[in-house]
Amino acid sequence: MDSDLSPQDKKDLDKFIKFFALKTVQVIVQARLGEKICTRSSSSPTGSDWFNLAIKDIPEVTHEAKKALAGQLPGIGRSMCVEISLKTSEGDSMELETWCLEMNEKCDKDIKVSYTVYNRLSVLLKSLLAITRVTPAYKLSRKQGHDYVILYRIYFGEVQLGGLGEGFQTVRVGVVGTPVGTVTLSCAYRTNLAFMSSRQFERSAPIMGIIVDHFVDAPGGNPRPINMGQPCNYRAPDDEDGGALGVQDSQEVCTTSFSTSPPSQCVCTLSPSPSKLSKPLPLDSLQLPLAPGLVAHNLYASRLSYQPAPAGGATEFNTNQGLHAGKEVGMVLAPGADVHLTVENAPNTPSSSGDEEGLLRSGEGRSVSPSDTVESLNAFTRKVGAFVNKPSNQITVGLDLPFAAFAPRGLDSEENDPMVNPPDSPPSQSPLQASLHSQGSDGSGQQDDFVMVDFRPAFSKDDLLPMDLGTFYREFQNPPQLASLSLHTSSQSMADDLDSLPEKLRVYEKNIDEFDAFVDMLQ
Amino acid sequence: MNCRSEVLEVTVEARQVEEAMLALLHTILLHRSTGKFHYKKEGTYSIGTVGTQDIDCDFIDFTFVRVSSEELDRAIRKAVSEFKDALSSDGMGQISLEFYQKKKSRWPFSDECIPWEVWSIKVNTVNLANEQERQICREKVGEKLGEKVINVVEVINRHEYLPKMPTQSEVGNVFDTSLKDVQPYLYKITYQITDSLGTSVSTTMRRLIKDTLAL
Repeated sequence: MDSDLSPQDKKDLDKFIKFFALKTVQVIVQARLGEKICTRSSSSPTGSDWFNLAIKDIPEVTHEAKKALAGQLPGIGRSMCVEISLKTSEGDSMELETWCLEMNEKCDKDIKVSYTVYNRLSVLLKSLLAITRVTPAYKLSRKQGHDYVILYRIYFGEVQLGGLGEGFQTVRVGVVGTPVGTVTLSCAYRTNLAFMSSRQFERSAPIMGIIVDHFVDAPGGNPRPINMGQPCNYRAPDDEDGGALGVQDSQEVCTTSFSTSPPSQCVCTLSPSPSKLSKPLPLDSLQLPLAPGLVAHNLYASRLSYQPAPAGGATEFNTNQGLHAGKEVGMVLAPGADVHLTVENAPNTPSSSGDEEGLLRSGEGRSVSPSDTVESLNAFTRKVGAFVNKPSNQITVGLDLPFAAFAPRGLDSEENDPMVNPPDSPPSQSPLQASLHSQGSDGSGQQDDFVMVDFRPAFSKDDLLPMDLGTFYREFQNPPQLASLSLHTSSQSMADDLDSLPEKLRVYEKNIDEFDAFVDMLQ
Repeated sequence: MNCRSEVLEVTVEARQVEEAMLALLHTILLHRSTGKFHYKKEGTYSIGTVGTQDIDCDFIDFTFVRVSSEELDRAIRKAVSEFKDALSSDGMGQISLEFYQKKKSRWPFSDECIPWEVWSIKVNTVNLANEQERQICREKVGEKLGEKVINVVEVINRHEYLPKMPTQSEVGNVFDTSLKDVQPYLYKITYQITDSLGTSVSTTMRRLIKDTLAL
């Protein structure tokens, strides 16, 4: 089969197929991150852009892909598959699509490897970019966050389409003939979203205003390799030469590009239970992990959770977010065999390597970065209902605060979890009254749970435009505490006020005539 | 050589015309653009990198991918905008994207433009009465555009005729080298509006002239 192919061509072809497979995985996974992708065109070749396309390489994804390939190439009977699935906050999961990169026996001996095959693979990647935005999972992935997340899994070998339910559709992205076989890229996607519609996930409100920068580099760590290859040199067609391709993809690309960090994936699988979301945290008092990049990195990976093939049990996922410095802050990932934290990669993580119990340790003050990191941290943590929160250590929820009534409470057990056991009717007045009565000044769980499910504002329909007043209300139900209302600052300013009172009174008494004249003027 | 011709047909609301056309034209151009060629000595050339961008539509539930090139986007938007303005609120029209090659002719004949691929997008516009219908239309048109993208990809991946990669002196005959960041194949966009009687304006004119001459 390879006898007609020169050794150089064979080597090039293998390289093309390998990098095509890696880039395919990148495109698919990036398309399911839930964000818009944007890369820049560059008129001068940088030498690192395979197939002349600017496709970023997410290290974890490449690592997973290489792990799945284990040094082999897609071949006949050995397909590379990327499975995209959805996992709800209750732990239900459902396969949405499977992308398959296959090879069949049909060879095209006459085709020029270095040139035609390369260009056609490039066109195929472009087609993949276009098609990944068209399948139903794209819209679902853009709305992920509160109620569900999108996961990916890469495997090599036989294609498994059983999990897609009945009536799944297939779309063929394209084919490229090569001297060793024909490369085929296709996608099989689920059409039966019955499980979904019963929970109305498709109609769930779009998440508003939360942006995560997935491509923030971990600070100080992971020097990304600049050179992943060298400029592609082509010979113009009138040159009689067969067109040797000058891409020197050195071994360096294969082995060291993504190995500066130990293999890790962050698996944050959400399970039903005490994990709650706390309300958006006031910036001045929230202290988050060390490095902003660290958080973002973790979030990114979390959102894109990789689920290992033999998923080892549901991992508990508890959110413990206190509002104040000194309290235990952060996400706790239960130890699991395959659970690693991507944050372990960043060299300046104190709580890193091996500490599977917590991303962050309690009692350590950290500086927080952009507010959207904070919000995105919130966004990722599981929400039972939109406003049910773990009471944890929200001490300042005292009576005198304007939004005391809406203070987060926790649910202690699954029985009370409204998502699992929805109440028959939305509780109306009683929780509100209960909250007003409960004077627990420490607020540590003594207040009754305030749960509102299925909020329907009386004057707006929610079947046409899910994004409406109800959603707005829900989203902004729990505003952050006003900085001026937090205990220590308010007491301080009180003291200041009191001190300055005599002074003020003196001044006013001095100018009493002016004030009287002013009042007369007004009348 | 035979020119490959593909026809796509969509029915949209008037305010969706612009985005629907942009989505389809950009999808086609994504596949028909390469990076900038840099010719070196010994007849070799290197190719620049093409970046891509996801664009969400405002009036349609759809996201499409286009080449990251402001210049190219401006040129396409201009053409689509003219088309949209010419199209009345419930009319029909057709916008065509033609890829061609230039063939130098001897003086006094001007260069020939030989098309090798023509994409025609037929557009029917409708007017909708209420918000509920518009919402349904948003989703339906989004799905339809998705199908059209799949059609486009299918055609392109047949890997039928493409012009040969040119030498440095010929590159302007095959590619549009005027842009600074990407290099699409030479293309032109034309459109036709069909008036409400179902006849296109150009055929009406032709008939008028013929009638006049016949007298």
